[in-house]
Amino acid sequence: MPVFLVTDVLLWLLVAAAGIYFLYCRRHAHLAAPWRRVLQSRAALASLVVLGAFAAAGLLDSLHFRPQLAGSRLYSSEVLSVLDVALSHLRTNREKTYSAPFATRLYAKEQIETPEGKSIRDYPRLAYGGRDLESESDRPADIALRAAAGLVAALVLSFLLFRVVGGAARRSPDIPWSAAGWTLSLVLAIALPLYVLSFEYHVLGTDKVGQDVLYQALKSVRTALVIGTLATVTMLPFGIAFGIIAGYFRGWVDDVIQYVYTTLNSIPGVLLIAAAVLMMQVYIDGHAESFPTVAQRADFRLLMLCLILGVTSWTGLTRLLRGEALKLSTLDFVQAAHAFAVSDARILARHILPNVAHIVIISLVMDFSGLVLAEAVLSYVGVGVDPATTSFGTMINAARLEMGRDPVVWWSLAAALAFMVLLVLAANLFADAVRDGFDPRVRIGAAPA
Amino acid sequence: MRILLIALAFVAGCGDVWNDPYPASERGSNTFYTAFIERPKHLDPVQSYTEDESTFTQQVYEPPLQYHYLKRPYELVPLTALEVPKPRELEGGRVAYEIHIRPGIRYQPHPALVASNLELPAGKIASLDTPYALPLGTRELTADDYVYEVKRLAHPRLHSPIFGLMAQYIVGLDEYAATLRKADREGEWLDLRRYPLEGVQRVDSHTFRIVLKTRYPQFVYWLAMPFFAPMPWEADRFFAQHGMAEKNLTLDWWPVGTGPYMLTQNNPNARMVLERNPNFRGEPYPREGAPGDREAGLLADAGKTMPFIDRVVFSREKEAIPYWNKFLQGYYDTSGIGSDQFDQAVRVAVEGDATVTPEMAEKGIALSTSVSASTLYIAFNWLDPVVGGQMGGEAAERARKLRQAISIAFDVEEQISIFANGRGLAAQGPLAPGIFGYREGRAGINPVVYAWQNGAPKRRPLEEARRLLAQAGYADGRDAKTGEPLVLYLDTVARGPGDKALFDWYRQQLAKLSIQLEIRTTDWNRFQEKIRKGATQIFRLGWNADYPDPENFLFLLYGPQSRVKSQGENAANYENAEYDALFREVKDMPNSRERQRLIDRMVEIVRRDAPWIWGIHPKDYTLSHVWVSNEKPNTMARNNMKYLRIDAARREVLRREWNEPVVWPLLGIIGLLVLSAVPAFLSYRRRERMAARPASS
Amino acid sequence: MLAYIIRRVLYAIPILIGVNLITFTLFFVVNTPDDMARMQLGTKRVTQEAIDRWKADHGYDKPLLWNARAPGLGKATQTVFFQKSVRLFVLDFGAAEDGRDIAREIRMRMGPSLALAVPVFIFGLAVNVAFAMLLAFFRGSYLDFWGVTLCVAMMSISGLFYIIGGQFVASKLWHLVPISGYAGGLSAAKFVILPVAIGVIASFGPGARLYRTLFLEELSRDYVRTARAKGLRESAVMFRHVLKNAMIPILTGVVVVIPTLFLGSLISESFFGIPGLGSYTIDAIQAQDFAVVRAMVFLGSVLYIGGLLLTDLSYTLVDPRIRFE
Repeated sequence: MPVFLVTDVLLWLLVAAAGIYFLYCRRHAHLAAPWRRVLQSRAALASLVVLGAFAAAGLLDSLHFRPQLAGSRLYSSEVLSVLDVALSHLRTNREKTYSAPFATRLYAKEQIETPEGKSIRDYPRLAYGGRDLESESDRPADIALRAAAGLVAALVLSFLLFRVVGGAARRSPDIPWSAAGWTLSLVLAIALPLYVLSFEYHVLGTDKVGQDVLYQALKSVRTALVIGTLATVTMLPFGIAFGIIAGYFRGWVDDVIQYVYTTLNSIPGVLLIAAAVLMMQVYIDGHAESFPTVAQRADFRLLMLCLILGVTSWTGLTRLLRGEALKLSTLDFVQAAHAFAVSDARILARHILPNVAHIVIISLVMDFSGLVLAEAVLSYVGVGVDPATTSFGTMINAARLEMGRDPVVWWSLAAALAFMVLLVLAANLFADAVRDGFDPRVRIGAAPA
Repeated sequence: MRILLIALAFVAGCGDVWNDPYPASERGSNTFYTAFIERPKHLDPVQSYTEDESTFTQQVYEPPLQYHYLKRPYELVPLTALEVPKPRELEGGRVAYEIHIRPGIRYQPHPALVASNLELPAGKIASLDTPYALPLGTRELTADDYVYEVKRLAHPRLHSPIFGLMAQYIVGLDEYAATLRKADREGEWLDLRRYPLEGVQRVDSHTFRIVLKTRYPQFVYWLAMPFFAPMPWEADRFFAQHGMAEKNLTLDWWPVGTGPYMLTQNNPNARMVLERNPNFRGEPYPREGAPGDREAGLLADAGKTMPFIDRVVFSREKEAIPYWNKFLQGYYDTSGIGSDQFDQAVRVAVEGDATVTPEMAEKGIALSTSVSASTLYIAFNWLDPVVGGQMGGEAAERARKLRQAISIAFDVEEQISIFANGRGLAAQGPLAPGIFGYREGRAGINPVVYAWQNGAPKRRPLEEARRLLAQAGYADGRDAKTGEPLVLYLDTVARGPGDKALFDWYRQQLAKLSIQLEIRTTDWNRFQEKIRKGATQIFRLGWNADYPDPENFLFLLYGPQSRVKSQGENAANYENAEYDALFREVKDMPNSRERQRLIDRMVEIVRRDAPWIWGIHPKDYTLSHVWVSNEKPNTMARNNMKYLRIDAARREVLRREWNEPVVWPLLGIIGLLVLSAVPAFLSYRRRERMAARPASS
Repeated sequence: MLAYIIRRVLYAIPILIGVNLITFTLFFVVNTPDDMARMQLGTKRVTQEAIDRWKADHGYDKPLLWNARAPGLGKATQTVFFQKSVRLFVLDFGAAEDGRDIAREIRMRMGPSLALAVPVFIFGLAVNVAFAMLLAFFRGSYLDFWGVTLCVAMMSISGLFYIIGGQFVASKLWHLVPISGYAGGLSAAKFVILPVAIGVIASFGPGARLYRTLFLEELSRDYVRTARAKGLRESAVMFRHVLKNAMIPILTGVVVVIPTLFLGSLISESFFGIPGLGSYTIDAIQAQDFAVVRAMVFLGSVLYIGGLLLTDLSYTLVDPRIRFE
């Protein structure tokens, strides 16, 4: 039975909106031009591929359903996603507690009973890690073999890929398709062997309760994507409307809107978020019947967190848009529209809005990485996502304590770091390219004088 | 970069150890270093109730009694009293305790005990940062000071947490509170000496009497808590002067006592310092202890005059990691440990005794353990229609089977091993070990959940739980009538990052029976409110005993203590007529065979009813360095500082050995930075030679 | 000028009222006075009577926003909101819920906060500007490319990692500095050096990159071309002209944060055990101490508004063409 979580719906709506925008841009050369400029950058194209890979994982993780209970028409209350199904071996192969990446034994010694009935102290064998090995000394060979199998698959796919890329390159030679091809090959060359290996090993180790760290890292991607995108998108209509209305109408409307955002802005962000998150918690507790499952409750909290983060970033965008609208409203074409008695609403929609669109797009992509990073900090303060949600913040927070162990349990932190840096780095590089492509100021600055 | 170098040179100039968090002047002094996590909220003896506060208050204040430092089970011994008072029955069911104070005890040096300091000019107060800047005086402890303190329990401006409880017992305390409320004027000192309290009388200068309305054998335990520590009226008067409170000059901030230490520095954000009280009478170290204490060297100082340590420095340490690392580096002398650090420190040896890892043993770190008088449990709300027991008849029987099945499935031993690294004991009932009524071994196991096999309790197999579940009408986790899957709800407080793992684990436990568990997390206030309203199904809670008497545990399941009905401490709202009747009998009984028999019966009732999943009795572990001696965890008494002894010279040597700075990576980084500047410099030279360049490139 | 300042200060008043109203509403929806009383009275043996007494003592026994029973103007003034917020405007913060004086606490904690925040701010600015200038000087070369890449890479790492990693490496492995703690006076240096270094590193990526674009913008101006045409050496152009002019947007941009330095850093202070205002705020959030949170929000807002005012004033100072009517 499919389950529609609110963030799922919003995320897919966002994808649909992006698709429509893409088609619309294709038909309007002046809209497509800046995107073309963006794609001409090798870094942008490469990071777009990486972002795409993350988005694919996140979107697969946003198709939720409740599995049918075995031998019955009833459904379990556990909510799974398509990604969970694809990675069901990671989800269910659970050890007792910590084990290192590729380990076959637990990380800490325990009391074990030998077959002779004696009790000795040793590292217990894992239930799943390397379970098909006949002898543990075969492990390096086994790993190499499996990795090689994955690599071969990646190689074959890459070969096919480059044929496609070759075709695309002939059609639009100004875009560095090979960069995309190489990046995608690299992603495949890393992902496929890991996937193959993950059936037999915990490639990034296991955490305190024996859950696979790779699984957690992949699940965190969706949370990061949701926060990174929805936080700005949900608040976008307000931000845009308030910004251009304030800049266009001026007078008391401007005063009121300025008052609102100065007030919101002057409250230290973390405090505002903390208060709002606590308040939302009260609402959830008071309406427990509206959230029958953990997944729904966690999802609602995630959505509210997005909204609250949106409010804080909303004020920044509004200020930018207000300034721009202020400038635009004095320009000739707007004055001319006034002279022709065009209605205000029409002027706003036809003349002001399209001319501030680039600011909106730039701030959308620029905010993404900041929001992903903010989530981690908020979780540290205790006002982040629901404890039941896997996110980079909760992973880092849990891993923090593990750094005190000796020998150090480093893999959770390392996994969170690697995934997060990759995601944020790609987002940052892409955002840079978008800004360069869209910002008229940068364009003029970059052109030979 | 240059700044970094200068700063490094500065740090290096401080001595050969770079990471010493303490001033160099303190090195080698007879100072004990430890940490505190939560800032104490109250140091006023009538208000302070939490354990972190008692770490400070119990070194300063001296109630009439204390717990024996070494003996187990816990035993009350006199502190300032001459002997442990015996209750004396009066007519009308009243009971009197007469307490004789040891003569010759004197207060710590304190400005309040100098008459001229009681009328300070406003300007003087405004320039004051610590009370110890004023002339200091002392005087002898008298019975009046104890009487004064009991009166303060009813003070309208102090919110004593035990006022409600004491008002039930101490004769006239309720009326006394009403009198004080009427007499209290805003901004004026309320002189409690002017208002007599019927139930607490001074007999002579070193004797006072407390009269209770009814028998209350547990009352003597309260006499070992700072609530009953002496308070000189002068101190109250001194801190009541105008302008004092604004400067944090209050009893809540600067305790005044007769104990071995006095609080001389109070910066609860960073550092609190206790210094030896020069007027302390000098108490001898106990001469006898529990079996094994002599072998452990705990009696080496027997009869010597305490305290041994001159100064105690508490540093605030909010984060676990720095706390633990500083301990390892030798900057804290003892350390309580969390689960994550525990693994590296302690291993459970073959015999089941916990010892430290070889690496730590090499450092000379010793471990001492004790099961604390507390219990962590998971409760079923008795008023709940699914898991509760209020519905009666067959439904109640089914719910009982359900609770029993869940109790079996909940593998507490695994929880202890994963989440507490073995620091705990699976509970067999409400009573914690070391409390009268607790039974060891075969006789003590909970037959509902355990069977006795090969000389150890063994959790009953899951099949048995499944059978019980089927009998309860939920075969395979589905309601036999409707076929709906059984979903249960557990309410809890989400505290930190480690919780997610625990919640996952909880869900797994019930998943073993195909029951789905939904965890509802919330903040502490909301959680309390839900329990108060009975809007919970299953929830987890804990209880730290106030005193080592079974009554303090058994009352947690006493019907009239129901949280929903009477705001009591019975959060599960459990109710059983027989249990309640037995409780009323047991609570006022002295320890005896008969009491044991009745308690056995009570425990049997609740084991069968299973209103709680009997969880964990956590073990307190203390790690201490080789230079610390006389360390023995004592969960009832926190006045442990006077017993401890350190070898400061040894500490100095070891600290130096463990903290040699590693400089080469730093030099490496600097070198790398310099190297990376070379191409920049070359490029700079090249550009300099170019005259004009297009602006754009 | 003076008239302008006065007007701006007056304008701040409705903003501060708004701020107060928002925090007040948010926190009281969460925490009824009953909750606060329970929080302060502990968990054991709490009676309703004790709660009522606590509320009466701390002034929470009135209606929250509107007192229908009070006569006349009292309807608005005899409320928790009015009583609790009016005093803030004269910077009288009152006592925290645990009875301790907030103003004194703020004074005590300001020092440690500044000891951390000011060096981070100054060194951070210096390092970032220096590095940005280096990049601008070598614009278009491989140095520039790798420098920008470094910036982007560094800003992609969460600040938490810098702190966790820095503590682990510098304190645990190398024993270079105390892992946490604080002391007053000069001995503060050994405690703050690591958090300052980490703060500078964390601000390095975004800061240096932003300043680089400012420098580049400046370099594309006409006077630079004139200077070059005059035959000035590149370094002279950079240091004598570009640096001076680029500092205008840089400084006016950072002026806004100067007052908020007082608030300290939430995360660093907690990790490194520095008893500043940042950790005070976190403690207050976690303990749900409304009085402290309200005071800190108010202080934060005042400082922020002060920062805005300073920014505007600094514009007039550096650019004589800007005048306020």
